[in-house]
Amino acid sequence: MTDPVTNPHWDVVVIGAGPAGLAAATLLAEQKTSVLLVDEQPEPGGQIYRGIERLQAGSAKAHILGEDYVYGADLVRRFRSSAASYRPETSLWHVTPKLELFVSRGGVAETLQASQLILATGAMERAVPVAGWTLPGVVTAGALQILLKSSGLVADQPVILAGSGPLFYLLATQCLAAGVPIAALLDTAKARHMFGAIGALPRALTGAGPGYLSKGVKLMRALRQSGVPTYRGVEDLQILGENRVSEVQFRSGKRKHRLKAGIVALHEGVVPMVNATRMLGCEHTWDDRQHAFHPVTDTWGATSHAGIRVAGDAAGIVGARGAEHQGGLAAVGALHDLGRIDSARRDRLASAEMRALEAHMTARPLLDRLYPPRAEIKTPGDDIVVCRCENVTAGAVRQLATQGLGPNQMKAALRCGMGPCQGRLCGDTVAQIIADTRGTAPRPSDYYNIRAPLKPVSIGEISTLGERR
Amino acid sequence: MFTRLTQDSAASDQTIEFTVNDRKVVARMGDTVAAALLAAGEMQFRISPSADKPRGPYCMMGVCFECLVTIDGRAGRQACLTAVKSGMQVIIPEGGRND
Repeated sequence: MTDPVTNPHWDVVVIGAGPAGLAAATLLAEQKTSVLLVDEQPEPGGQIYRGIERLQAGSAKAHILGEDYVYGADLVRRFRSSAASYRPETSLWHVTPKLELFVSRGGVAETLQASQLILATGAMERAVPVAGWTLPGVVTAGALQILLKSSGLVADQPVILAGSGPLFYLLATQCLAAGVPIAALLDTAKARHMFGAIGALPRALTGAGPGYLSKGVKLMRALRQSGVPTYRGVEDLQILGENRVSEVQFRSGKRKHRLKAGIVALHEGVVPMVNATRMLGCEHTWDDRQHAFHPVTDTWGATSHAGIRVAGDAAGIVGARGAEHQGGLAAVGALHDLGRIDSARRDRLASAEMRALEAHMTARPLLDRLYPPRAEIKTPGDDIVVCRCENVTAGAVRQLATQGLGPNQMKAALRCGMGPCQGRLCGDTVAQIIADTRGTAPRPSDYYNIRAPLKPVSIGEISTLGERR
Repeated sequence: MFTRLTQDSAASDQTIEFTVNDRKVVARMGDTVAAALLAAGEMQFRISPSADKPRGPYCMMGVCFECLVTIDGRAGRQACLTAVKSGMQVIIPEGGRND
Protein backbone atom coordinates (compact mmCIF):
# COMPACT_ATOMS: atom_id res chain seq x y z
CA MET A 1 0.00 0.00 0.00
CA THR A 2 1.11 3.56 -0.72
CA ASP A 3 1.32 5.80 2.32
CA PRO A 4 -1.65 8.18 2.17
CA VAL A 5 0.15 10.87 4.15
CA THR A 6 3.22 11.20 1.99
CA ASN A 7 1.27 11.02 -1.25
CA PRO A 8 -1.38 13.73 -1.28
CA HIS A 9 -2.03 13.42 -5.05
CA TRP A 10 -4.11 10.54 -6.34
CA ASP A 11 -5.33 9.50 -9.77
CA VAL A 12 -8.61 8.54 -8.15
CA VAL A 13 -10.05 9.08 -4.69
CA VAL A 14 -13.03 6.91 -3.83
CA ILE A 15 -15.33 7.92 -0.99
CA GLY A 16 -17.12 5.08 0.79
CA ALA A 17 -16.03 1.51 1.52
CA GLY A 18 -19.30 -0.27 0.75
CA PRO A 19 -19.69 -2.61 -2.21
CA ALA A 20 -19.51 0.15 -4.87
CA GLY A 21 -16.43 1.82 -3.39
CA LEU A 22 -14.62 -1.46 -2.69
CA ALA A 23 -15.24 -2.75 -6.21
CA ALA A 24 -14.15 0.55 -7.77
CA ALA A 25 -10.97 0.88 -5.71
CA THR A 26 -9.98 -2.77 -6.25
CA LEU A 27 -10.44 -2.57 -10.01
CA LEU A 28 -8.51 0.70 -10.24
CA ALA A 29 -5.63 -0.69 -8.19
CA GLU A 30 -5.55 -3.82 -10.35
CA GLN A 31 -5.23 -1.51 -13.36
CA LYS A 32 -2.15 0.14 -11.79
CA THR A 33 -3.87 3.38 -10.92
CA SER A 34 -2.98 5.23 -7.73
CA VAL A 35 -6.20 5.06 -5.74
CA LEU A 36 -7.16 6.03 -2.21
CA LEU A 37 -10.32 4.81 -0.53
CA VAL A 38 -11.61 7.15 2.18
CA ASP A 39 -14.29 5.94 4.59
CA GLU A 40 -15.96 7.22 7.74
CA GLN A 41 -16.22 3.85 9.43
CA PRO A 42 -13.41 2.12 11.32
CA GLU A 43 -13.66 -0.97 9.06
CA PRO A 44 -14.34 -1.63 5.35
CA GLY A 45 -17.65 -3.08 4.14
CA GLY A 46 -20.05 -0.15 4.25
CA GLN A 47 -23.29 -0.63 6.15
CA ILE A 48 -24.22 -3.80 4.30
CA TYR A 49 -21.02 -5.72 5.11
CA ARG A 50 -20.18 -4.07 8.41
CA GLY A 51 -17.89 -6.00 10.70
CA ILE A 52 -17.36 -8.62 7.99
CA GLU A 53 -13.61 -8.91 8.56
CA ARG A 54 -14.15 -10.01 12.15
CA LEU A 55 -16.81 -12.57 11.23
CA GLN A 56 -15.91 -16.12 12.23
CA ALA A 57 -16.95 -18.75 9.70
CA GLY A 58 -19.72 -20.93 11.04
CA SER A 59 -20.41 -18.58 13.97
CA ALA A 60 -23.88 -17.79 15.27
CA LYS A 61 -23.55 -14.34 13.75
CA ALA A 62 -22.79 -15.75 10.29
CA HIS A 63 -25.85 -17.97 10.59
CA ILE A 64 -28.13 -15.13 11.74
CA LEU A 65 -26.98 -12.65 9.09
CA GLY A 66 -27.05 -15.18 6.26
CA GLU A 67 -25.17 -15.84 3.05
CA ASP A 68 -25.84 -12.46 1.45
CA TYR A 69 -23.84 -10.90 4.28
CA VAL A 70 -21.06 -13.50 4.26
CA TYR A 71 -20.67 -12.80 0.51
CA GLY A 72 -19.06 -9.46 1.38
CA ALA A 73 -16.01 -11.09 3.00
CA ASP A 74 -14.58 -11.90 -0.39
CA LEU A 75 -15.12 -8.39 -1.70
CA VAL A 76 -13.24 -6.94 1.28
CA ARG A 77 -10.47 -9.54 1.02
CA ARG A 78 -9.88 -8.68 -2.64
CA PHE A 79 -9.69 -5.00 -1.76
CA ARG A 80 -7.25 -5.65 1.09
CA SER A 81 -4.94 -7.67 -1.14
CA SER A 82 -4.95 -4.98 -3.83
CA ALA A 83 -2.50 -2.07 -3.96
CA ALA A 84 -5.27 0.43 -3.14
CA SER A 85 -4.63 2.73 -0.19
CA TYR A 86 -7.24 2.97 2.50
CA ARG A 87 -8.05 5.53 5.11
CA PRO A 88 -10.72 4.54 7.64
CA GLU A 89 -12.42 6.80 10.24
CA THR A 90 -11.92 9.69 7.85
CA SER A 91 -14.68 12.11 6.92
CA LEU A 92 -14.86 14.16 3.75
CA TRP A 93 -16.11 17.66 4.49
CA HIS A 94 -15.28 19.75 1.47
CA VAL A 95 -14.47 19.35 -2.22
CA THR A 96 -13.43 22.20 -4.49
CA PRO A 97 -14.38 22.23 -8.19
CA LYS A 98 -10.73 21.35 -8.93
CA LEU A 99 -11.09 18.23 -6.80
CA GLU A 100 -9.09 19.31 -3.84
CA LEU A 101 -10.56 17.26 -1.02
CA PHE A 102 -10.68 18.28 2.63
CA VAL A 103 -10.83 15.35 5.02
CA SER A 104 -10.53 14.90 8.78
CA ARG A 105 -9.45 11.98 10.90
CA GLY A 106 -9.64 12.08 14.67
CA GLY A 107 -9.84 15.87 14.72
CA VAL A 108 -6.94 16.43 12.32
CA ALA A 109 -7.76 17.97 8.96
CA GLU A 110 -5.87 17.43 5.73
CA THR A 111 -6.17 18.09 2.01
CA LEU A 112 -5.83 15.61 -0.83
CA GLN A 113 -5.73 16.20 -4.56
CA ALA A 114 -7.57 13.87 -6.92
CA SER A 115 -7.71 13.75 -10.71
CA GLN A 116 -10.95 11.78 -10.54
CA LEU A 117 -13.42 11.43 -7.70
CA ILE A 118 -15.81 8.52 -7.23
CA LEU A 119 -18.51 9.10 -4.63
CA ALA A 120 -19.80 5.78 -3.34
CA THR A 121 -21.49 7.16 -0.25
CA GLY A 122 -24.40 4.75 -0.37
CA ALA A 123 -27.85 5.14 1.04
CA MET A 124 -29.44 6.10 4.30
CA GLU A 125 -32.75 5.00 5.71
CA ARG A 126 -35.59 7.29 4.78
CA ALA A 127 -36.56 9.58 7.65
CA VAL A 128 -39.63 8.28 9.47
CA PRO A 129 -41.08 11.41 11.08
CA VAL A 130 -43.79 10.15 13.44
CA ALA A 131 -44.82 11.38 16.88
CA GLY A 132 -42.12 10.48 19.38
CA TRP A 133 -39.44 9.45 16.87
CA THR A 134 -36.89 11.63 18.70
CA LEU A 135 -37.16 9.65 21.96
CA PRO A 136 -34.10 7.69 23.09
CA GLY A 137 -34.78 4.03 22.32
CA VAL A 138 -36.27 4.80 18.91
CA VAL A 139 -33.81 3.67 16.26
CA THR A 140 -33.81 2.70 12.62
CA ALA A 141 -34.03 -0.96 11.70
CA GLY A 142 -30.62 -0.48 10.14
CA ALA A 143 -29.22 0.66 13.48
CA LEU A 144 -30.28 -2.62 15.08
CA GLN A 145 -28.67 -4.50 12.22
CA ILE A 146 -25.46 -2.48 12.57
CA LEU A 147 -25.26 -3.31 16.30
CA LEU A 148 -25.66 -6.98 15.43
CA LYS A 149 -23.10 -6.93 12.62
CA SER A 150 -20.38 -4.88 14.22
CA SER A 151 -20.73 -5.78 17.90
CA GLY A 152 -22.89 -8.91 18.15
CA LEU A 153 -25.33 -6.84 20.20
CA VAL A 154 -29.02 -7.72 20.33
CA ALA A 155 -31.88 -6.12 22.24
CA ASP A 156 -32.93 -8.01 25.35
CA GLN A 157 -36.15 -6.15 26.07
CA PRO A 158 -39.39 -5.93 24.09
CA VAL A 159 -38.70 -4.60 20.58
CA ILE A 160 -41.39 -3.25 18.32
CA LEU A 161 -40.53 -3.27 14.64
CA ALA A 162 -42.56 -0.85 12.56
CA GLY A 163 -42.27 -0.38 8.82
CA SER A 164 -42.11 -2.23 5.54
CA GLY A 165 -39.80 -3.12 2.69
CA PRO A 166 -37.17 -5.76 1.92
CA LEU A 167 -34.64 -4.61 4.55
CA PHE A 168 -37.39 -4.43 7.17
CA TYR A 169 -38.50 -8.02 6.72
CA LEU A 170 -34.89 -9.19 6.53
CA LEU A 171 -34.05 -7.45 9.81
CA ALA A 172 -37.17 -8.97 11.41
CA THR A 173 -36.09 -12.51 10.51
CA GLN A 174 -32.54 -11.79 11.69
CA CYS A 175 -33.94 -10.57 15.03
CA LEU A 176 -35.94 -13.78 15.29
CA ALA A 177 -32.89 -15.91 14.57
CA ALA A 178 -30.89 -13.96 17.16
CA GLY A 179 -33.53 -14.53 19.82
CA VAL A 180 -34.52 -10.87 20.13
CA PRO A 181 -37.81 -10.55 22.06
CA ILE A 182 -40.02 -9.04 19.33
CA ALA A 183 -43.13 -7.73 21.07
CA ALA A 184 -44.88 -6.99 17.80
CA LEU A 185 -44.32 -6.42 14.13
CA LEU A 186 -46.22 -3.42 12.79
CA ASP A 187 -46.37 -3.83 9.03
CA THR A 188 -47.09 -0.50 7.36
CA ALA A 189 -47.31 -1.92 3.81
CA LYS A 190 -50.62 -1.51 2.06
CA ALA A 191 -52.21 -4.57 0.48
CA ARG A 192 -53.50 -2.52 -2.46
CA HIS A 193 -49.95 -1.94 -3.71
CA MET A 194 -49.86 -5.63 -4.59
CA PHE A 195 -52.16 -4.97 -7.53
CA GLY A 196 -50.26 -1.96 -8.77
CA ALA A 197 -47.04 -3.93 -8.69
CA ILE A 198 -48.22 -6.79 -10.90
CA GLY A 199 -47.14 -4.96 -14.05
CA ALA A 200 -43.53 -5.09 -12.85
CA LEU A 201 -43.64 -8.83 -12.24
CA PRO A 202 -42.68 -10.18 -15.70
CA ARG A 203 -39.37 -8.32 -15.66
CA ALA A 204 -38.71 -9.43 -12.08
CA LEU A 205 -38.83 -13.02 -13.33
CA THR A 206 -35.75 -12.47 -15.49
CA GLY A 207 -32.07 -12.15 -14.57
CA ALA A 208 -31.33 -12.49 -10.87
CA GLY A 209 -34.94 -11.50 -10.06
CA PRO A 210 -36.26 -14.99 -9.20
CA GLY A 211 -33.48 -15.37 -6.60
CA TYR A 212 -34.53 -12.15 -4.89
CA LEU A 213 -38.22 -13.09 -5.08
CA SER A 214 -37.76 -16.54 -3.59
CA LYS A 215 -35.69 -15.09 -0.74
CA GLY A 216 -38.47 -12.59 -0.11
CA VAL A 217 -41.14 -15.28 -0.09
CA LYS A 218 -39.08 -17.32 2.40
CA LEU A 219 -38.65 -14.29 4.67
CA MET A 220 -42.36 -13.56 4.69
CA ARG A 221 -43.18 -17.21 5.38
CA ALA A 222 -40.70 -17.35 8.27
CA LEU A 223 -42.27 -14.24 9.77
CA ARG A 224 -45.81 -15.62 9.40
CA GLN A 225 -44.84 -18.92 11.00
CA SER A 226 -42.89 -17.30 13.84
CA GLY A 227 -45.94 -16.53 15.92
CA VAL A 228 -44.80 -12.92 16.42
CA PRO A 229 -47.91 -10.76 16.90
CA THR A 230 -48.26 -8.97 13.56
CA TYR A 231 -50.47 -5.99 12.77
CA ARG A 232 -51.06 -5.15 9.11
CA GLY A 233 -51.85 -1.92 7.33
CA VAL A 234 -50.56 0.02 10.34
CA GLU A 235 -51.28 3.78 10.37
CA ASP A 236 -51.19 6.70 12.82
CA LEU A 237 -48.15 5.35 14.62
CA GLN A 238 -47.26 7.31 17.76
CA ILE A 239 -44.34 6.56 20.03
CA LEU A 240 -44.87 7.50 23.65
CA GLY A 241 -42.53 8.07 26.58
CA GLU A 242 -41.05 10.76 28.78
CA ASN A 243 -37.27 10.56 28.55
CA ARG A 244 -37.23 7.32 26.60
CA VAL A 245 -39.63 5.12 24.72
CA SER A 246 -42.22 3.24 26.80
CA GLU A 247 -45.21 2.53 24.55
CA VAL A 248 -46.51 2.73 21.01
CA GLN A 249 -50.01 3.51 19.84
CA PHE A 250 -51.32 2.85 16.32
CA ARG A 251 -54.26 1.87 14.18
CA SER A 252 -54.55 -1.36 12.22
CA GLY A 253 -57.70 -1.42 10.13
CA LYS A 254 -60.40 0.17 12.26
CA ARG A 255 -58.92 -0.84 15.62
CA LYS A 256 -56.64 1.20 17.82
CA HIS A 257 -53.88 -0.53 19.74
CA ARG A 258 -51.47 0.41 22.51
CA LEU A 259 -48.43 -1.74 23.32
CA LYS A 260 -45.49 -1.54 25.71
CA ALA A 261 -42.06 -1.21 24.13
CA GLY A 262 -38.43 -1.03 25.26
CA ILE A 263 -37.03 -0.30 21.83
CA VAL A 264 -38.81 0.77 18.64
CA ALA A 265 -37.13 0.21 15.28
CA LEU A 266 -38.47 2.09 12.26
CA HIS A 267 -37.89 1.48 8.56
CA GLU A 268 -39.56 2.83 5.43
CA GLY A 269 -36.98 2.08 2.76
CA VAL A 270 -33.69 3.71 1.86
CA VAL A 271 -32.77 6.82 -0.13
CA PRO A 272 -29.53 7.96 -1.79
CA MET A 273 -27.09 9.96 0.31
CA VAL A 274 -26.92 13.19 -1.70
CA ASN A 275 -25.06 15.64 0.54
CA ALA A 276 -21.75 15.56 -1.32
CA THR A 277 -23.27 15.78 -4.81
CA ARG A 278 -25.58 18.55 -3.65
CA MET A 279 -22.67 20.52 -2.25
CA LEU A 280 -20.80 20.07 -5.53
CA GLY A 281 -23.76 21.43 -7.46
CA CYS A 282 -24.23 18.26 -9.52
CA GLU A 283 -27.53 18.04 -11.35
CA HIS A 284 -30.19 16.08 -9.43
CA THR A 285 -33.60 14.72 -10.28
CA TRP A 286 -36.63 13.45 -8.36
CA ASP A 287 -37.35 9.76 -8.89
CA ASP A 288 -41.10 9.17 -8.80
CA ARG A 289 -40.75 5.41 -8.38
CA GLN A 290 -38.19 5.54 -5.58
CA HIS A 291 -39.68 8.69 -4.02
CA ALA A 292 -36.26 10.28 -3.62
CA PHE A 293 -33.75 12.65 -5.20
CA HIS A 294 -30.65 11.31 -6.88
CA PRO A 295 -27.83 12.84 -8.92
CA VAL A 296 -28.13 12.47 -12.69
CA THR A 297 -25.50 9.98 -13.89
CA ASP A 298 -24.63 8.12 -17.08
CA THR A 299 -23.56 4.49 -17.59
CA TRP A 300 -20.13 5.29 -16.17
CA GLY A 301 -21.48 7.08 -13.14
CA ALA A 302 -20.43 10.45 -14.55
CA THR A 303 -22.32 13.41 -13.05
CA SER A 304 -22.89 16.82 -14.62
CA HIS A 305 -19.58 17.84 -12.97
CA ALA A 306 -16.40 16.86 -14.87
CA GLY A 307 -14.27 14.29 -13.03
CA ILE A 308 -16.93 13.41 -10.47
CA ARG A 309 -18.72 10.08 -10.60
CA VAL A 310 -21.27 8.45 -8.35
CA ALA A 311 -21.60 4.68 -7.98
CA GLY A 312 -24.01 2.49 -6.06
CA ASP A 313 -27.02 3.51 -4.00
CA ALA A 314 -25.85 7.13 -3.82
CA ALA A 315 -26.91 7.46 -7.49
CA GLY A 316 -30.30 5.75 -7.01
CA ILE A 317 -31.12 2.60 -5.05
CA VAL A 318 -29.71 -0.50 -6.76
CA GLY A 319 -28.93 -2.81 -3.83
CA ALA A 320 -25.56 -4.23 -2.75
CA ARG A 321 -24.88 -6.43 -5.75
CA GLY A 322 -25.96 -3.79 -8.24
CA ALA A 323 -23.76 -1.28 -6.41
CA GLU A 324 -20.74 -3.53 -6.78
CA HIS A 325 -21.10 -3.56 -10.57
CA GLN A 326 -21.76 0.16 -10.74
CA GLY A 327 -18.51 0.59 -8.82
CA GLY A 328 -16.77 -1.40 -11.54
CA LEU A 329 -18.34 0.73 -14.27
CA ALA A 330 -17.34 3.98 -12.54
CA ALA A 331 -13.77 2.70 -12.22
CA VAL A 332 -13.63 1.81 -15.90
CA GLY A 333 -15.07 5.21 -16.78
CA ALA A 334 -12.41 6.91 -14.65
CA LEU A 335 -9.63 4.89 -16.31
CA HIS A 336 -10.90 6.04 -19.68
CA ASP A 337 -11.06 9.69 -18.58
CA LEU A 338 -7.53 9.44 -17.21
CA GLY A 339 -6.42 8.30 -20.67
CA ARG A 340 -5.27 4.90 -19.40
CA ILE A 341 -7.55 2.92 -21.69
CA ASP A 342 -9.20 3.59 -25.05
CA SER A 343 -12.94 3.28 -25.68
CA ALA A 344 -12.64 -0.23 -27.09
CA ARG A 345 -10.85 -1.51 -23.98
CA ARG A 346 -13.27 0.37 -21.74
CA ASP A 347 -16.23 -1.31 -23.41
CA ARG A 348 -14.58 -4.73 -23.13
CA LEU A 349 -13.87 -4.26 -19.43
CA ALA A 350 -17.41 -3.03 -18.90
CA SER A 351 -19.47 -5.62 -20.73
CA ALA A 352 -19.57 -8.24 -17.96
CA GLU A 353 -20.30 -5.55 -15.33
CA MET A 354 -23.17 -4.21 -17.42
CA ARG A 355 -24.76 -7.61 -17.89
CA ALA A 356 -24.47 -8.42 -14.18
CA LEU A 357 -25.87 -5.02 -13.18
CA GLU A 358 -28.87 -5.51 -15.43
CA ALA A 359 -29.51 -8.97 -14.00
CA HIS A 360 -29.50 -7.60 -10.45
CA MET A 361 -31.86 -4.77 -11.38
CA THR A 362 -34.79 -6.74 -12.77
CA ALA A 363 -36.67 -7.04 -9.46
CA ARG A 364 -36.05 -3.45 -8.37
CA PRO A 365 -39.12 -1.86 -10.07
CA LEU A 366 -41.34 -4.49 -8.45
CA LEU A 367 -39.91 -3.75 -4.99
CA ASP A 368 -40.24 -0.01 -5.55
CA ARG A 369 -43.92 -0.42 -6.38
CA LEU A 370 -44.66 -2.87 -3.57
CA TYR A 371 -43.23 -0.70 -0.79
CA PRO A 372 -43.68 3.00 -1.55
CA PRO A 373 -43.43 5.26 1.54
CA ARG A 374 -46.86 6.09 2.87
CA ALA A 375 -48.23 9.62 2.74
CA GLU A 376 -48.05 10.24 6.51
CA ILE A 377 -44.27 9.72 6.33
CA LYS A 378 -43.71 11.87 3.24
CA THR A 379 -45.83 14.78 4.40
CA PRO A 380 -46.38 14.37 8.16
CA GLY A 381 -49.10 16.03 10.23
CA ASP A 382 -48.54 19.54 11.59
CA ASP A 383 -47.49 18.47 15.12
CA ILE A 384 -44.72 16.14 13.99
CA VAL A 385 -41.09 17.19 14.37
CA VAL A 386 -39.41 16.92 10.96
CA CYS A 387 -36.04 18.58 11.73
CA ARG A 388 -34.70 16.65 14.71
CA CYS A 389 -31.68 18.89 15.25
CA GLU A 390 -33.59 22.17 15.54
CA ASN A 391 -36.92 20.74 16.65
CA VAL A 392 -38.95 22.18 13.74
CA THR A 393 -42.42 20.80 13.06
CA ALA A 394 -44.10 19.95 9.76
CA GLY A 395 -46.71 22.59 10.57
CA ALA A 396 -44.12 25.36 10.72
CA VAL A 397 -42.65 24.25 7.39
CA ARG A 398 -46.11 23.95 5.84
CA GLN A 399 -47.12 27.42 6.96
CA LEU A 400 -44.10 29.00 5.24
CA ALA A 401 -44.60 26.79 2.18
CA THR A 402 -48.12 28.16 1.89
CA GLN A 403 -46.60 31.64 1.80
CA GLY A 404 -44.42 30.54 -1.10
CA LEU A 405 -41.11 30.29 0.76
CA GLY A 406 -38.44 27.91 -0.51
CA PRO A 407 -36.19 25.55 1.47
CA ASN A 408 -33.32 28.00 1.94
CA GLN A 409 -35.60 30.76 3.16
CA MET A 410 -37.01 28.24 5.63
CA LYS A 411 -33.51 27.53 6.87
CA ALA A 412 -33.13 31.19 7.72
CA ALA A 413 -36.60 31.58 9.20
CA LEU A 414 -36.98 28.29 11.10
CA ARG A 415 -33.40 26.99 11.34
CA CYS A 416 -34.54 23.65 9.91
CA GLY A 417 -31.61 21.92 8.23
CA MET A 418 -29.15 24.13 10.13
CA GLY A 419 -28.24 21.67 12.91
CA PRO A 420 -25.33 19.25 12.97
CA CYS A 421 -26.96 16.74 10.56
CA GLN A 422 -27.23 19.55 8.02
CA GLY A 423 -30.56 18.52 6.61
CA ARG A 424 -29.78 14.86 6.08
CA LEU A 425 -32.79 13.83 8.17
CA CYS A 426 -35.24 16.57 7.13
CA GLY A 427 -34.24 17.64 3.59
CA ASP A 428 -36.51 15.16 1.80
CA THR A 429 -39.46 15.78 4.13
CA VAL A 430 -39.21 19.56 3.75
CA ALA A 431 -39.00 19.18 -0.05
CA GLN A 432 -42.05 16.94 -0.08
CA ILE A 433 -44.08 19.30 2.11
CA ILE A 434 -43.18 22.21 -0.21
CA ALA A 435 -44.10 20.17 -3.28
CA ASP A 436 -47.31 18.90 -1.72
CA THR A 437 -48.35 22.45 -0.80
CA ARG A 438 -47.69 23.50 -4.39
CA GLY A 439 -49.51 20.43 -5.73
CA THR A 440 -46.68 19.06 -7.86
CA ALA A 441 -43.94 16.45 -7.61
CA PRO A 442 -40.81 17.61 -5.73
CA ARG A 443 -38.29 19.57 -7.80
CA PRO A 444 -34.53 19.60 -7.22
CA SER A 445 -34.82 23.23 -6.08
CA ASP A 446 -37.12 22.13 -3.23
CA TYR A 447 -34.07 20.72 -1.44
CA TYR A 448 -31.67 22.78 0.66
CA ASN A 449 -28.53 24.28 -0.82
CA ILE A 450 -25.77 22.27 0.84
CA ARG A 451 -22.59 24.12 1.69
CA ALA A 452 -19.24 23.06 3.06
CA PRO A 453 -18.36 21.81 5.56
CA LEU A 454 -20.35 18.60 5.02
CA LYS A 455 -19.51 17.63 8.59
CA PRO A 456 -19.12 20.04 11.50
CA VAL A 457 -15.42 20.95 11.68
CA SER A 458 -13.84 23.00 14.45
CA ILE A 459 -11.58 25.98 13.88
CA GLY A 460 -8.88 23.98 15.65
CA GLU A 461 -9.29 21.24 13.10
CA ILE A 462 -9.02 23.66 10.19
CA SER A 463 -5.93 25.22 11.75
CA THR A 464 -4.18 21.84 11.60
CA LEU A 465 -4.18 22.30 7.81
CA GLY A 466 -1.70 25.15 8.07
CA GLU A 467 0.65 23.17 10.32
CA ARG A 468 0.90 20.41 7.76
CA ARG A 469 1.55 22.59 4.77
CA MET B 1 -31.20 -3.12 27.06
CA PHE B 2 -28.71 -4.77 24.74
CA THR B 3 -26.83 -7.96 25.30
CA ARG B 4 -24.07 -9.82 23.45
CA LEU B 5 -24.92 -12.88 21.41
CA THR B 6 -23.89 -15.65 23.80
CA GLN B 7 -22.88 -18.01 21.01
CA ASP B 8 -20.71 -15.29 19.55
CA SER B 9 -18.41 -14.68 22.51
CA ALA B 10 -15.40 -16.53 21.20
CA ALA B 11 -12.24 -16.63 23.30
CA SER B 12 -10.49 -14.50 20.69
CA ASP B 13 -12.79 -11.55 21.35
CA GLN B 14 -10.65 -9.06 23.21
CA THR B 15 -12.16 -6.85 25.86
CA ILE B 16 -10.98 -3.34 26.61
CA GLU B 17 -11.74 -0.87 29.36
CA PHE B 18 -12.79 2.74 29.00
CA THR B 19 -14.60 5.21 31.21
CA VAL B 20 -18.02 6.84 31.00
CA ASN B 21 -18.27 9.81 33.37
CA ASP B 22 -15.46 8.23 35.46
CA ARG B 23 -17.29 4.90 35.60
CA LYS B 24 -15.20 1.98 34.28
CA VAL B 25 -16.89 0.12 31.43
CA VAL B 26 -15.83 -2.99 29.53
CA ALA B 27 -16.19 -3.00 25.74
CA ARG B 28 -15.24 -5.38 22.98
CA MET B 29 -12.54 -4.72 20.43
CA GLY B 30 -14.32 -3.59 17.26
CA ASP B 31 -17.10 -1.74 19.11
CA THR B 32 -17.80 1.84 18.23
CA VAL B 33 -18.16 4.16 21.22
CA ALA B 34 -21.92 4.27 20.56
CA ALA B 35 -22.24 0.47 20.54
CA ALA B 36 -20.14 0.20 23.70
CA LEU B 37 -22.30 2.78 25.50
CA LEU B 38 -25.51 1.00 24.50
CA ALA B 39 -24.00 -2.29 25.65
CA ALA B 40 -23.25 -0.59 28.98
CA GLY B 41 -26.91 0.32 29.35
CA GLU B 42 -26.70 3.99 28.34
CA MET B 43 -29.46 5.22 26.09
CA GLN B 44 -29.45 9.00 26.58
CA PHE B 45 -26.32 10.35 24.93
CA ARG B 46 -26.99 14.06 24.84
CA ILE B 47 -29.55 16.72 25.62
CA SER B 48 -30.90 18.39 22.48
CA PRO B 49 -30.29 22.14 22.91
CA SER B 50 -33.33 23.06 20.80
CA ALA B 51 -35.79 20.64 22.42
CA ASP B 52 -34.14 20.47 25.87
CA LYS B 53 -34.87 16.73 25.84
CA PRO B 54 -32.58 13.71 25.96
CA ARG B 55 -31.60 12.05 22.70
CA GLY B 56 -29.87 8.80 21.87
CA PRO B 57 -28.46 7.10 18.79
CA TYR B 58 -30.98 6.82 15.97
CA CYS B 59 -29.12 5.72 12.82
CA MET B 60 -25.80 4.31 14.11
CA MET B 61 -24.20 5.19 10.76
CA GLY B 62 -23.09 8.80 10.99
CA VAL B 63 -26.16 10.48 9.53
CA CYS B 64 -28.34 11.69 12.42
CA PHE B 65 -25.77 13.25 14.80
CA GLU B 66 -27.88 12.23 17.80
CA CYS B 67 -25.00 10.28 19.37
CA LEU B 68 -22.70 13.28 19.88
CA VAL B 69 -20.64 12.84 23.05
CA THR B 70 -17.43 14.19 24.54
CA ILE B 71 -14.48 11.87 23.86
CA ASP B 72 -11.10 12.54 25.47
CA GLY B 73 -12.03 16.16 26.08
CA ARG B 74 -13.29 16.82 22.58
CA ALA B 75 -17.01 17.67 22.55
CA GLY B 76 -19.45 16.83 19.78
CA ARG B 77 -17.81 13.65 18.51
CA GLN B 78 -19.97 11.16 16.64
CA ALA B 79 -19.88 8.13 18.92
CA CYS B 80 -21.09 5.81 16.16
CA LEU B 81 -18.13 6.66 13.92
CA THR B 82 -15.43 6.35 16.56
CA ALA B 83 -13.82 3.04 17.43
CA VAL B 84 -13.59 2.59 21.19
CA LYS B 85 -10.05 2.43 22.54
CA SER B 86 -8.56 1.34 25.82
CA GLY B 87 -8.50 4.17 28.37
CA MET B 88 -10.81 6.42 26.37
CA GLN B 89 -12.70 8.94 28.49
CA VAL B 90 -16.28 9.48 27.41
CA ILE B 91 -18.61 12.02 28.96
CA ILE B 92 -22.39 12.03 28.58
CA PRO B 93 -24.97 14.06 30.50
CA GLU B 94 -26.01 12.49 33.78
CA GLY B 95 -29.60 13.18 34.69
CA GLY B 96 -29.50 16.66 33.22
CA ARG B 97 -27.76 19.08 30.98
CA ASN B 98 -24.07 18.75 30.55
CA ASP B 99 -23.16 21.76 28.44
